[in-house]
Amino acid sequence: MNTPLRKVGMTMLVMVTLLLVNATYIQVVQADDYRTDGRNRRVLLDEYARERGKIVSDEAGQVLAGVKPTDDTFKFRRTYLDGPMYAPVTGYYSVLYGAGGLERAQDEFLNGSDPRLFVRRLSDMITGRDPRGGNVRLTIQPSVQEAAYNAMVSNGYTGSVVALDPKTGDILGMVSTPSYDPNTLASHVSQEQEDAWAGYNDDPANPMLNRAIRETYPPGSTFKIVTTAAALENGATADTRVTNAPQVTLPGTSATLENYGGATCPGSTLHDALKYSCNTAFAEIAASVGKQKLEATAANFGIGMPDLEIPMSVVPSGLGDLESDAALYQSGIGQRDVRLTPLQDALLAATVANGGIAMKPQLIKALLAPDLSTIEEFTPTELTGDPALSAANADVLKDMMIASEENTSGGGKDASLKIASKTGTAEHGSDPKTTPPHAWYTAFAPYDDPKIAVAVIVQSGGNHGLAATGGTVAAEIARTTIAAGLGGG
Amino acid sequence: MAQPAASPGAAGQQYTTNPPRELPTRRGTELWLLAFATGIVTFAFVLVQANQEQELSWSVVWYGLAYLSILSVAHLAVRKWAPYADPLILPCVALLNGLGLVMIYRIDLAQLAINDEATSNAPRQVLFTVVALVLFLAVLIIIRDHRTLTRYAYTFGLIGIVALALPALLPSSLSEVNGAKVWLKLPGFSIQPGEFAKILLMIFFASFLVAKRDLFMTAGKRILNVELPRARDLGPMIIAAVVCLGILVFQKDLGTALLFFGIVLVMLYVATERIIWVVVGLSMFFVGCLIAYQLFTHVQQRVANWIDPLATYDDPGGGYQIAQGLFGLGTGGMFGTGLGAGRPDTVPESNTDFISAALGEELGFVGLSAILVLYLVLAMRGMRGALAVRDTFGKLLGGGLSFAIVMQVFVIVGGVTKLIPMTGVTTPFLSAGGSSLLANYILVALLLRISDAARRPQQPAKPRPPAQAPIADAHTVMVQRPQPGLDGGHMR
Repeated sequence: MNTPLRKVGMTMLVMVTLLLVNATYIQVVQADDYRTDGRNRRVLLDEYARERGKIVSDEAGQVLAGVKPTDDTFKFRRTYLDGPMYAPVTGYYSVLYGAGGLERAQDEFLNGSDPRLFVRRLSDMITGRDPRGGNVRLTIQPSVQEAAYNAMVSNGYTGSVVALDPKTGDILGMVSTPSYDPNTLASHVSQEQEDAWAGYNDDPANPMLNRAIRETYPPGSTFKIVTTAAALENGATADTRVTNAPQVTLPGTSATLENYGGATCPGSTLHDALKYSCNTAFAEIAASVGKQKLEATAANFGIGMPDLEIPMSVVPSGLGDLESDAALYQSGIGQRDVRLTPLQDALLAATVANGGIAMKPQLIKALLAPDLSTIEEFTPTELTGDPALSAANADVLKDMMIASEENTSGGGKDASLKIASKTGTAEHGSDPKTTPPHAWYTAFAPYDDPKIAVAVIVQSGGNHGLAATGGTVAAEIARTTIAAGLGGG
Repeated sequence: MAQPAASPGAAGQQYTTNPPRELPTRRGTELWLLAFATGIVTFAFVLVQANQEQELSWSVVWYGLAYLSILSVAHLAVRKWAPYADPLILPCVALLNGLGLVMIYRIDLAQLAINDEATSNAPRQVLFTVVALVLFLAVLIIIRDHRTLTRYAYTFGLIGIVALALPALLPSSLSEVNGAKVWLKLPGFSIQPGEFAKILLMIFFASFLVAKRDLFMTAGKRILNVELPRARDLGPMIIAAVVCLGILVFQKDLGTALLFFGIVLVMLYVATERIIWVVVGLSMFFVGCLIAYQLFTHVQQRVANWIDPLATYDDPGGGYQIAQGLFGLGTGGMFGTGLGAGRPDTVPESNTDFISAALGEELGFVGLSAILVLYLVLAMRGMRGALAVRDTFGKLLGGGLSFAIVMQVFVIVGGVTKLIPMTGVTTPFLSAGGSSLLANYILVALLLRISDAARRPQQPAKPRPPAQAPIADAHTVMVQRPQPGLDGGHMR
């Protein structure tokens, strides 16, 4: 019986060898694939044992996202100041659901694994200090953010506000409403996290959507800034004669395009057309400028730019196909397939304010080491490299926007703010005539020395229904924001 | 017969050519190896504490003392009741059991950190080890000679089948835990009778096969050059095996079914020395697998999870658990995260079915390999005892028990590391759970008993009476008739 026993012994050896070979394959050959799989929570859990860096505002260094020591396994809990207000800026950081927004975009730096922090990590290791993440200082000004957020929320509006420094591209405020509270997602109680996550995701109002950069809307008349810029760049002047007809027929179709309220335009120069936001005039201007030149100007404003990151990625805005003159007519007034993010809309005003040069929007001012020494400071850069319009033409357009502001009603008017603006009331939906329009307002101030550019969109007219216009709904929000920005300095 | 009655020394001289010597019992070696195992386990405990709590707590001392005293008792018992037993078996078991205890304790800490109300398994495991030790002692003391087991072979076989069938027959409320209907819920505690049935049935198979061995090989018909045993000789064996497998398939306990099948096949092969049994058995096995795959959705799911656990990651009953185990193994990599520094609690059932993934994560490939080799050493020493023991029953039982250890490891570790489809069996000595620990300690006690018998020097104590010639050849002897008064005559 010993011969078969020896053979069984050999079989046992073979079986264990198979296990060893397979373990080698899993733990040595394929180890990296498994280690780095997005569903492997261990990496995230390890980060939780480390003190994550803070996200601080520019002004006075207010801590927007900090950490609080806890006595459970994760050691630190993420805390957010005024969670819903800053959620579009900070994003969230959750044990179960990972990170979103800036928390994700700057994850490596915040969790301390960024190579730029290597030397500090080394010194932490030698001095026996627990490794910590780096801090991120934002361009956000709390006064601007607060004013914009409170104005939106107190009215119950769904929409977004973006405020930029036109000279640097710094994002001074970025609001999206309704919002969510990242604090609940940072809870270390799984059930709380799960409930919050499910609640936010099931909410039809979609509170976790960052409308400022992740959603595009038809810009309506605010797009006339682009159309005007294209016309000016291609030989038009403020005094160029344009149509003042109450309605025009779209070329090649029987459909008509009319001015707001079906009115005849009170003036017949380009200046008047922007001042009174005459649709018929801009429809014809867009067609006469032509597809290529309109697209070129739009591109210089940053429209259609892929891969823009602030450092969160921004969905590209776009003009659509512009395949016919009829399409050009409609696109010239910011309808049809023209779609902009609120950030891009703010860039329209900011570009005019900055003498025609679009600056790359940026949310991060500086990256700081755990000891708050500066590791990297961001310098303003041009967005596209080509001016959207010359400085002289920018001045012409600015004057038109000042005139437009004078012609715009709405609350929050204050002569001391010296605003240049353009409103927009954009039809949308499958049945545009019965769907309340999006109310837009994009502006910069003070017009003689621009310090802040703002875009506001209130989705579906806010509480004004079909009668909503950019002036009546959105303007007041923007003016309040501008006042906060200028008051704050 | 002129010499006076032979002296014991002279009789000894008759049986050994060399001067008589004490056969070493190697108990000292065992003690040193046990101390070595204790050292490793203590160090592992300290590492866990250091990494988890950043400070040492008294619980380590208590666990350490409990572990040490269990080992001491086991060692003394072997010294007393199985002095010639293989010195490597107990240290291997001690190290495996100790590492299991450390990992269970470590996962307790992780779960307590998340949920204050999590149950701690480590104290229970210590308690189970104590009970297992009692059974271990009982086997060593009661069964002084493993051959006595053959007397109760049919009884054991019957009890084994009943134990296996019981959970399937009982209502779910008395037999189901986490969807597996393999339990027997008694007031206060639950056991898995199948774990014990495994050993009882192996004793039965071994005894039965030894008794019928000659019949198998000679009494049957020759087909294709192979002696096939008569059905009536093989009958009880086949019935027992089929009943077992039927019960296991009915209970959906595929892992144990696989385990049984492997063990029966190996014992049949060893007993008959005919490889054809393995060929026939494996063919039957593959056909059975194909049929099971067609019939049962849970088998299909296991296979799908095996082929790509990441693809079925989000499905209910899908590859989530295996994927988590693989993530852990991958994160551990070559050298592991270090004891107490990984995240083994991320894997569901990390202290039972997936404890090898937990160990692989924290000890790395190096540690996991060491554990696998430890099992191999344990089983090989058992096999050595089986080879050396003189009786065929001991050989067959020893071989079967040794193979059972490796088979269990192969089925569960193979499942966790995606070598074969995942089926649930316990990892011997490592995983949390009483029944498995108890049964495997009994298994080891039997192995020690067999290896003791193998290495024990043959008893030369009773000198055999001088060989008697066969009656026919015996020379005649004058028988004097006793005569009264003759006594006196001698004195004269």
